[in-house]
Parts: sequence; structure tokens; C-alpha cells
Amino acid sequence: MGGAQAPAMSPPAIKKGMGLVLDQIIFALLNGTIYGLLLFMVSAGLTLIFGMMGVLNFAHASFYMLGAYFAYTLEPLTGFWIAIILSPLLVAGIGILVERYILRHVHAHGHAHELLVTFGLSVVIAEIIKMAYGKFAIDYRVPVELNFAAFSLSGIDYPFYRLFMGGIALAMFIAIYLLLTRTRVGIVVRSAIYRPQMVEALGHNVPLVFMGVFGFGAALAGLAGAVAGAFYTTNPNMALELGVMVFVVVVVGGLGSMGGAMAASLLIGITNSLAVGSNFMLADALALVGLGAWAQDIGGLLTTRLSSLAATIPFFIMLLVLVVRPSGLMGEKE
Amino acid sequence: MSNPILKVENLNAHYGKSHILHGVSFNVARGEVVSLLGRNGSGRSTTLKSIMGLVPPSAGRVQLDGAEIAGERSFHICRRGLSYVPEEREIFLNLSVDENLEMGRQAGPAGATKWAVDQMFTYFPRLKERRNTRAGSLSGGEQQMLTMCRSLLGNPLVMLIDEPTEGLAPKIVAVVGEVIRDINEKGVSVVLVEQKLTIAMTVSHRICVMGHGQVVFAGTPQALNERPDVTEEWLAV
Repeated sequence: MGGAQAPAMSPPAIKKGMGLVLDQIIFALLNGTIYGLLLFMVSAGLTLIFGMMGVLNFAHASFYMLGAYFAYTLEPLTGFWIAIILSPLLVAGIGILVERYILRHVHAHGHAHELLVTFGLSVVIAEIIKMAYGKFAIDYRVPVELNFAAFSLSGIDYPFYRLFMGGIALAMFIAIYLLLTRTRVGIVVRSAIYRPQMVEALGHNVPLVFMGVFGFGAALAGLAGAVAGAFYTTNPNMALELGVMVFVVVVVGGLGSMGGAMAASLLIGITNSLAVGSNFMLADALALVGLGAWAQDIGGLLTTRLSSLAATIPFFIMLLVLVVRPSGLMGEKE
Repeated sequence: MSNPILKVENLNAHYGKSHILHGVSFNVARGEVVSLLGRNGSGRSTTLKSIMGLVPPSAGRVQLDGAEIAGERSFHICRRGLSYVPEEREIFLNLSVDENLEMGRQAGPAGATKWAVDQMFTYFPRLKERRNTRAGSLSGGEQQMLTMCRSLLGNPLVMLIDEPTEGLAPKIVAVVGEVIRDINEKGVSVVLVEQKLTIAMTVSHRICVMGHGQVVFAGTPQALNERPDVTEEWLAV
């Protein structure tokens, strides 16, 4: 194929085309980062609960859903800002009750019991939500005062609310980090992961600490739901949709590691977002070594577009991490 | 003995279905160091754990400064003025030396000797040099120092110390012995489980020899010296 036969593009047009692609990549990266930060908001609580207390809480994402529904319910009464403060507190209260009256009794019997109980709990919560609000998505929206474009690239507006969600997640990360490393409560939590009996013998009320951590973890998920529910859809399936991904984040990041949860959330958010927007297929790579036509003939996986595999990528990452580094990216080993 | 600081009466304890302690009784007077001696499996460590509430007593009484503590949760027992130095050391390997010390800090009961972190560093200057290091990278001796300091910062009336010199170099053994003597002089009563007879005989005011989950002999180190039959039957290996 001679260069002369190819349709010629003027240099400004090429520049413009490249600019557009670059803008799309920037959008994809930003969206991925924000989605990753949302994953972090929910997985932060699960990391605390699962990684630090060893409690398998399948219902964690249900706390996220409850946060969204509570905020939706409160918003007309209190306004958006008070609603996103009150709803995590309500979720924390529910979390504390769940820990105190359900999980504490089940914990001694092992993970299988915890999984069954919390799975049952997640079903109960979802059904109650359906009874109270119906089976379909509710009209929980970004408040008008926050619904504007932060900037625009190539004529496409980027919503400020996405940045707002990202900002809350970052603030949450910094707050948890400082809480865990700079306060006495944080030190007690970190040591109670490994040697709860010794911590108790040193005069710390470990069951109370665990109850507090559970409530705090639930509140984080509730805050994420209250904030993100307004942007994404709030429906009775939102717990299920996010729940699995959150477990993937905790495993990939490493049990008990906040930094790991953040890294894994961003990794999964960004790869997911880039993959969704990509038309790449293996045949394209093979074409570079002259096997393009052969690959097109074979078809199947070779001609499957990356975008249609996007949903499987987090699980592929989890598989890879579990094989190469079973303790997770930054799993704290004693 | 009038008004002992720690009074253990007919203490029984089980691990699952195994009956380990069969009615252990002994007293510790204020300012006393009492050593529990005996062969492996005689119930010395379980006695300490049971007093501390880590192995719940199945029968019997434990009184600390006149208050009944048997069956209470260990954090209550600690706040009442008992502190425990476990044989396994159980330091928090993922925390720094300073953070480990912080874990031990408690107000302690009224009347207890008060301790500060600086005093810990006077006892063990090595810990001061390593205060920001992760405790997991400390040597065995340093870990032992850390676990003793951590418990001391709870400002206890009585310290329960389980095998503090196990696996340590002779030089560090001597330091640990010195520290036990010093904290005792400053007003802390001590119950010591010790394998090394020489240490136990030099730091203790009284010795309880244990066998089959009971106290089979109680007396001063001199009294024990005068009873070769007890040494032969319950301590010789």
C-alpha cells in the first residue's frame, strides 16, 4: 500500500484528531480514577472489617445501598448536605446492631457461618428496600447546586460532581490513614487484628473496639452510597452489582491494607474504564507481525474486542494477583 | 499473712475437657516476689493465664487487693491492677516500639506505682535507640524487654511474668533479673514463673512448687533449700 494512495489528511486535521483521542483518554482515565475512588470508599470499610477483624461480611455492599436510600429519603426533609451526613450515621447504627446482635454470636463458628448469615442479611435488606421503594431505580439525583460542568475538553463537559465524589474519597482515605496511624484507637485496632487476646489483657475492651470498627466501616459504605447514589443509579440491585467488585478490591489490595485497597481500587477502576472505551482485539496485535488476516479467519477470542471483555478484567487481575502474590498487592503480613 | 495483695484459692481450670489446674492456692503479700516453679506441664503458665482471665477459671477464687476478679474479662482485670507478661512475648510485630509501649499505657488503679516511658528507656537503653523500628525486627532479648516495659506501663499492683529469661543470652538474663528486683523495690508485687532456678532463688521472697496442677510446696528459698526431697520429686529433670 503506497503512501500516495492513502487519503491525505492536512496537518491541522491530524492534530485535531490526535487531540480528540487524547481528550478521550483523559476522560477515560478520569472516569476510571473516580470509579476507582468510589470502589475505595466502599472497600475501605470492608478492608477494615474483613481484613482487620477477620469478619466476612457479604452484606457490606448492602450498607452502601442503604446509604443511598437513606440519603434519598432524608434529602427532601433536610436538604442534600445534612442527608449525606445523617445517612452514614444511620447506617453505622444498623452496622453496630448487626455486629452486636448477629455477627458476634456467629463469629466463633467460622467464616462459613458468617457468610451464610450476612448473605441472608443482604437478601433481607434488598427485599425490604424493594417493599419500601419498589423494584426499580428511584429518582435520587445530583442536587442542582452541584450539577454543573467542572471543565470541558473537545466540547464535552466534565461533570463537577464526579470530582466531588473523588474528593470525598480522597478525604476519606487521608482521614482513615491518620486515624489508624496517629491515634491510640488506630494503634489498638491494628494490634487487635493479630493478637486480640493480648490486646484485651493490656486493658483494652476489644469487643467494643470491634463493634466500633464495624460501625465505622458500615458508615463509610453508607457515605459512599449517599454520595454516589445520586450520580449513578440507586436501585435495589446496586448492592449486588458493586458487592462482588468490592471483594475483588479487598483481595487484590491485600487483606487489612488501606493503601492496598486504594491501589487496587484505582487499578481496577482505571483498567476497566480504559478497556470499556477500547476497540482493541488480539488480531490487531497479530497484524503487526503479518498475521492479521489469519487471526481474522480464526475469529473467536482473537477478534473479541477488549471492550466486551471489560467486565472480566477485574477478575483476571484478581487471578493474577492470587497466583503471583497471594497476600495481595500490599497485604500486611505479621 | 494479713491482707495479701493477691489471693488465689482453690483455682481450677480446664483446656477443653482436660482438667489442668486442680485447686491451686497461694497468696502474694504486698511488695513480695513469689515464684512458681515446677516441671513442664505442672500448670504454672495456666495458673497465670487463669488469674489474668485468659483461661477462664472453672472454679475457685482470685482476689486482687481485696476485690474478687475470678471470671472477669481480662481487660477489667488489667485495669484493676494486674498485668501479664506472656511467655510467648506476644508483642505487636507490625507496630513500632513506641506504639507497642503505647498499647500498654493505662491509668492503673489508685495506689499503684506510676511508670513513665523514660524509665523504661533507663532500664533498657537499647529500646530507646530502636523506638521507631518495627517491633518485628527486634532481637529476642529486645522483644522480651519490650513486653516487660509494655506491661509495666499499665501501672500494675501485681505483675504476672511468665518465663522472662527463656532463650535469652546470659548477659540479658542478668539484666532482666535486675529489672524484676528493681520494679519490686519500687512497690510492684510479682508472680514469676521461671525455669532457671538460680534466678528464681535470688529474686524471690517465697517459692511455690507446683506439680499436677497444684501447689505442692510453699516457703522461702531457704526453706526449699532445706527440702531436697521436694526438689528431687518435683523439680529435678
